[in-house]
Amino acid sequence: MKSAVWGLVLLLVVLHHDLWFWNDDRLVFGFLPITLAYHAGISLAAGITWFLAIQFAWPPGLDGETIAEAADPGDPEPQEGGAA
Amino acid sequence: MTPGVIKVVIIGAYLLLLLLLGLFASRLSRGTSKDFLLASHSIGPFLLLMSLFGTTMTGFALVGSTGEAFAEGVGVYGMLASSSGIVHSLCFFLLGIRLYSWGKKYGYTTQVGFFRDRLDSDKIGIVLFPILVGLVVPYLLVGVISAGKAMEGGTRGDFPGLSESGGLPAWLTELVICSVVLVYVFFGGMRGTAWANTFQTIVFMVLGVVTFSLIANRLAENAIEQGRVQDENGVVRTEPPAGFLDALTIVSGEIPKARRVRDEVTEADQIPTVEAPPQFNTRERLDPWMFLTYMLIPFSVGMFPHLFQHWLTARSAASFKLAVVCHPVFIMIVWVPCVLIGVWATTGLINLPPPFLNMPSENANKILGFMVQSLSSGVLGGFLLAGILAAIMSSLDSQFLCLGTMFTKDIVVHYGGEDRFSDKQVVMISRGFIIAIVVATYLLSLTEIAQTRVFQLGIWCFSGFSSLFPLVFLAIYWRGLTKWGAYAGVLTAAGVWAWLFKLSEFGAIDNWSVNFTLGGREIHTMPVASIFLASLAATVIVSLVTPKPSASTLEKFFPNE
Repeated sequence: MKSAVWGLVLLLVVLHHDLWFWNDDRLVFGFLPITLAYHAGISLAAGITWFLAIQFAWPPGLDGETIAEAADPGDPEPQEGGAA
Repeated sequence: MTPGVIKVVIIGAYLLLLLLLGLFASRLSRGTSKDFLLASHSIGPFLLLMSLFGTTMTGFALVGSTGEAFAEGVGVYGMLASSSGIVHSLCFFLLGIRLYSWGKKYGYTTQVGFFRDRLDSDKIGIVLFPILVGLVVPYLLVGVISAGKAMEGGTRGDFPGLSESGGLPAWLTELVICSVVLVYVFFGGMRGTAWANTFQTIVFMVLGVVTFSLIANRLAENAIEQGRVQDENGVVRTEPPAGFLDALTIVSGEIPKARRVRDEVTEADQIPTVEAPPQFNTRERLDPWMFLTYMLIPFSVGMFPHLFQHWLTARSAASFKLAVVCHPVFIMIVWVPCVLIGVWATTGLINLPPPFLNMPSENANKILGFMVQSLSSGVLGGFLLAGILAAIMSSLDSQFLCLGTMFTKDIVVHYGGEDRFSDKQVVMISRGFIIAIVVATYLLSLTEIAQTRVFQLGIWCFSGFSSLFPLVFLAIYWRGLTKWGAYAGVLTAAGVWAWLFKLSEFGAIDNWSVNFTLGGREIHTMPVASIFLASLAATVIVSLVTPKPSASTLEKFFPNE
């Protein structure tokens, strides 16, 4: 599924290059130039693709403890320091 | 009250609200530097979505998108907006959550801090710091100058004598904007900035839609008054638009007509208020290779220092999910109406004064303000101008804060010593730098070169940031990246950037491109493509032949590999 999600992202990039509507001045719904409507569709499709990405390709283990928390588990507000 | 005074009162009230928000945020401060600079990693999904969106959508999202559509046509949406919807979320997903995770774990506040640690190299900061600061400053100037131009256009004729156009002088707007942002960033820090960004993002999205609806209705009325609208039987229509959709249909129906006129009428035969100048043809003749390579520009988001800082404010990695999904849709909500307004301005439904017709590219950024001024009342005009300022300020605040943070953490604290300063002193030093940066930005915005060239500089800035994307991507996903590879990548990006910038006569040549011959045909590419590829190649090749980082560093960042 993860590969399918990245495949969709790649597909979006390819579909983004719409040479087929380059000089087309038809209007969709009577008011939206077709090339603009197409790219608005790309934006919506991007939202859907990223929804699938957070569902199926979200990396695990990102919310680990901080270095300071590891040193002192009782301190809820670790002071910021440099790299450990 | 005159329309001009009404607008000023409404905008003044809006700016006062922002100040109060910043002051309120400061009351919730925990007083630590971590709270001032990173809001103590407390920002949840909604605030993160709004602050990331508000920060990435500069004044360009409203003022520039309308202006570019006016100058280039609807194709700018594909070039600038839908590509950003794909690439920005990609950066949040691939870079943002990883950097957030390491930033929270190891206590980073700035990119330089991360790279010093990841590359086992203190001196990488000396190379990166001036480049990052040098690229943010013109970006800041774009925002400040956009605000001045938008207000001047939006109050055109309201204040005769105050400026050449009779609008509020740009220097005054820029001074007020810088002062307001300074106050709420100074007192509210990152928490105030995130709240103000959220508030301003809501304001500019709502007011953007209101502007769109209002302008559509007024232009549709103009079209009917000019006898341009016919029913199915060819009878000239006289009744007013029957609702929003009807107005949209009437106005957008003029777009293909205007385009056909442009194609058929020679420049000498053009009637200025009806047919667009020849510059409007450029979109239709844009080289597809320029369009393709333009997609590298949004990768700049991966290296924006102010976005890095926003990423670190998240409460958890899961807080990013809403932003990743909604960002492309929000871009569409803001950009589609603005692009339509821009192309409607080329249809002759509104009479454009000479500056727009003689020099459309130079005056494109004033077109939204002019349309608001011409088509709305004082009250609505005031709200709409407040929306434009909201979009601009929601980026400026993060940039001011981030530069203050970089000077404090990467220079003063790093070289002065972590133990030399108390936490309160770090906050005070940050505030001092923020004041200095705001003052410097304002003074720079008054210079002739900034006023005339900053928009061209803006795209070069974005190209610079994009060219550093390979560095951050490889730092996260490739164990083999070495400090020498990083130096090579950064210096190559800087060198190629400077060389191409010089060839473009320092940004003076509009739409300057790098040209190649492919299959007997000359293709035009955005300069960013050459810089990006050169930087990527240098980083990878030099990394392959130089010593790897220490085992402890690799274990720290890639524990399971």
